[in-house]
Amino acid sequence: MAAKEFDIPVLPTYIEIPKINEGAMEGDGPFKASKEFQNPLGFPGEKVDNWQEVAIAKMGELKSKYRSVQVFLDSCVKCGACTDKCHYFLGSSDPKNMPVARQDLFRSVYRRHFTFAGKHFPKLVGAKELDDKMLDDWYNYFHQCSQCRRCSVFCPYGIDTAEISMAAREVLDAVGVGQKYCNQILGKAITIGNNLGLPEPALRDTLLDLEEEIEEETGVAIKYPLDVKGAEILLITPSADFFAEPHIDGLIGYGKVFHQDGVSWTMSSYASEGANFGMFIGSYDIMRKAALRIRKAALDLEVSRVMVGECGHAWRVAYSFWNTLTGVGAGATDEFGLKLQNQLDSRYPQPQHIIEYTHDLIQRDKLKFDKSANDDRTVTFHDSCNVARATNMGGIPNGQFILPREVIKAVCNNYVDMERTTIKESTFCCGGGAGILTDDLMEIRIKGAMPRMQALKEVEKTDGVNTLVAICAICKSQFSKVLPKFDFDPYMIVSAHQLVSEAIVIDKPQTDDSEAEVAEESVAE
Amino acid sequence: MADILGAEVDEEGFLVNLKDWTEEIAVVMAKGDDIDLSEEHWDVINFLRSYFEEYQIAPAVRVLTKAIGKQFGKEKGNSKYLYSLFPYGPGKQGCRFAGLPKPTGCI
Repeated sequence: MAAKEFDIPVLPTYIEIPKINEGAMEGDGPFKASKEFQNPLGFPGEKVDNWQEVAIAKMGELKSKYRSVQVFLDSCVKCGACTDKCHYFLGSSDPKNMPVARQDLFRSVYRRHFTFAGKHFPKLVGAKELDDKMLDDWYNYFHQCSQCRRCSVFCPYGIDTAEISMAAREVLDAVGVGQKYCNQILGKAITIGNNLGLPEPALRDTLLDLEEEIEEETGVAIKYPLDVKGAEILLITPSADFFAEPHIDGLIGYGKVFHQDGVSWTMSSYASEGANFGMFIGSYDIMRKAALRIRKAALDLEVSRVMVGECGHAWRVAYSFWNTLTGVGAGATDEFGLKLQNQLDSRYPQPQHIIEYTHDLIQRDKLKFDKSANDDRTVTFHDSCNVARATNMGGIPNGQFILPREVIKAVCNNYVDMERTTIKESTFCCGGGAGILTDDLMEIRIKGAMPRMQALKEVEKTDGVNTLVAICAICKSQFSKVLPKFDFDPYMIVSAHQLVSEAIVIDKPQTDDSEAEVAEESVAE
Repeated sequence: MADILGAEVDEEGFLVNLKDWTEEIAVVMAKGDDIDLSEEHWDVINFLRSYFEEYQIAPAVRVLTKAIGKQFGKEKGNSKYLYSLFPYGPGKQGCRFAGLPKPTGCI
């Protein structure tokens, strides 16, 4: 497998708009899904014969179904505010990675087929036919968009490029040109219950192994319960938390926090995945299938709270879409949706993010920390795009920026933020979101990481930052891979709950004198 | 589709039919990545294969490091050691040499 050779970007002192390099990222795009991965999702196994017809019909369907898509396609005035906001453009200098140009691949075809001017005077309005070359461009360049929505923040019309990328991918799937990485994973998620394809016995064994390890280390039996009926909390976390590094240290942290709180909790082997790639490919139906597994697990296990672990787009789907997807909320009529609605405890946010939960315990003085355990670290926080630009935490304005930082600061002494135009709502994507986190897209992953790496390099120089925290499985995996390319330690990326895990003071089962005060704490609830 | 010693592999170099695996295939795959398989590599490959036989999936990184540490000494029970053997990742590269499917997901 001879991978294409490419240069690793040199980190500049500050980000400049690059000189345009046309065709820099031209190519065939990521590996395509064979029928083995397409068919189970209801997509054609290969490019259908009448693909143009199917594609235009699908575009028409999408524009009627999602008014937002039509508004976004109609309202761009080509002001150029988005051009230098995309990490992939800044890192690759390919003009088709300017958000406006990427959208225009789709918009020009929309104009040709769905607007009066485009139908009759295509050349005057930049309307184009959907031919093979255009479809190839769609496949290539819509898989160089991580749907991070940084460009949308700067668009004076609020055009959501991510939604256009999702629509384009949906059309591509409809004509039989799907991405292997996303669609293979979705097949596993909606049959086995997680993106890894981790079956129940393997998951159970992995968790037992983890319990054993933690008990050896801490002397405390901290449990990672699976399929426990009647538990209070159902934790839905990305399956990478079971499988990968550094993710698993975050999972260890969640368990310690639950243990200290004394709450009963469980995970589900039927719905053992927080990530929902249905969003990445723009498919409402598949996104719903994945969400309904979680609803079923919550009903079967009779939990009263549903909580989401450290996963960026999981939290977006949970926070923004779960109600609609599962039929919960005002005006709900679905039988199972209503049942779940009655079952969930309305005194808590539903769903709740693990950061909100830990933050709340900290606020109420329920957790004790030895912050010096993290004294070897100077920490900065990477806002994950889906959390930053599509959700909230704590029910306060900007809570999604405030809460994670407060949790981190509660467990470590040395914290600094990266440059302000690269964090919070303006955060630069890690470069691996929305189905880009695959080896066959390594070039765009590395180039797209450049702006984030540049900001990180600055705080490394000025403040000695040696730890990067993220609350997203994709960010963590992406950073592990790209950090060394920019001369960083790959182990500097950690979960927020890894820092919590290292600093938290765990009660020993047999209380000795020094721990006696714990007994005085209220045991209400 | 490409093949290695007559066994079909996918675009990422993973065996299409897991039953096709032989030790020679692992050696050829490793050679392609400029690696000469040592006894240490084989310890990992054999563990991966036996774990897969039991659970139908590759082990989590932590499970792998712990098992290797238990069997072959504590100093080997960490991911740095495994990365020194398999620079592209014990999960992905190790699984490929062992004839297992590629682990997928946010990893």
